[in-house]
Amino acid sequence: MDELRLDGNAAAGPLGEVFSFEVTTAEYACRGCGRAGRLGEAMVYDVRDLGIIIRCPGCDYALIRLAPNRDRYLVDLGGTSYLTTG
Amino acid sequence: MVEGFFSRGFRGRRRNQDPALPPGQYLEDGFPVLSAGPTPHTPLEEWDFSVVGEVDEPKRWSWEEFRALPSEEITRDIHCVTKWSKFGTRWEGVSVDTLLDGVETSAEYVTAYCDGDYTTNLPLEEVTGGKAWVAFAYDGEPLEPEHGGPARLLVPHLYFWKSAKWVRGLQLTAYDIPGFWESLGYHNFGDPWREQRYWGD
Ligand SMILES: [Zn+2]
Repeated sequence: MDELRLDGNAAAGPLGEVFSFEVTTAEYACRGCGRAGRLGEAMVYDVRDLGIIIRCPGCDYALIRLAPNRDRYLVDLGGTSYLTTG
Repeated sequence: MVEGFFSRGFRGRRRNQDPALPPGQYLEDGFPVLSAGPTPHTPLEEWDFSVVGEVDEPKRWSWEEFRALPSEEITRDIHCVTKWSKFGTRWEGVSVDTLLDGVETSAEYVTAYCDGDYTTNLPLEEVTGGKAWVAFAYDGEPLEPEHGGPARLLVPHLYFWKSAKWVRGLQLTAYDIPGFWESLGYHNFGDPWREQRYWGD
């Protein structure tokens, strides 16, 4: 019995809500050094059409990596141990 | 970084008919700076270059030892995945063949690692046989930090993100380990002539 295991579509509502938030005031903790802060105060490296890397102001760890990929983006949130939605 | 925004302004003249220009590329006269993080400023007395991983014995050179190795002048066209190409760039560097001379390995892949967190992965056979160098001079001058100095990898036959700035060593591996951009949607191999920009190209 696997009634509790649904497919990804079942999460569409909450995920859609979660992924449209005010980014600048969102809070994060850095996986590199544990520091917590607001995303708007992190350091952004805009790599000329290649991607955007958001780094921790404390230790330079890559918090969020974003790259254009044809008509969409790839996002790696792996450098944050959490991210608040706004 | 702001330099990203500003350098977007320059566009070389289009010469798409030029047979030396891979598909989808345009010719750039300047040398755009692309950095995914802060520019490291490792003092030369702390700098070293290592060959590690699947090797019988790791190798290490100080800056002085590295610069005493035989070096070559290299003139090659370079091609960035962001679509600019630059013809006839002039470098001086140590061939990766020289750095791997005498290294016994069964590895088939190599990860170039750098100051900062940048890595890029390549099949070993793409950096041997006179195809790759660790470059320390550009256009007759010591390589500037913004262009990867004191030394960067130079693999001109692949998209330029493979030519890792601020390189500090090569890790030889039995398995292929996708690097900084390769793990974020960019092609694992990156051949400009086959326009291998993204996963699936
Ligand atoms: Zn940190």
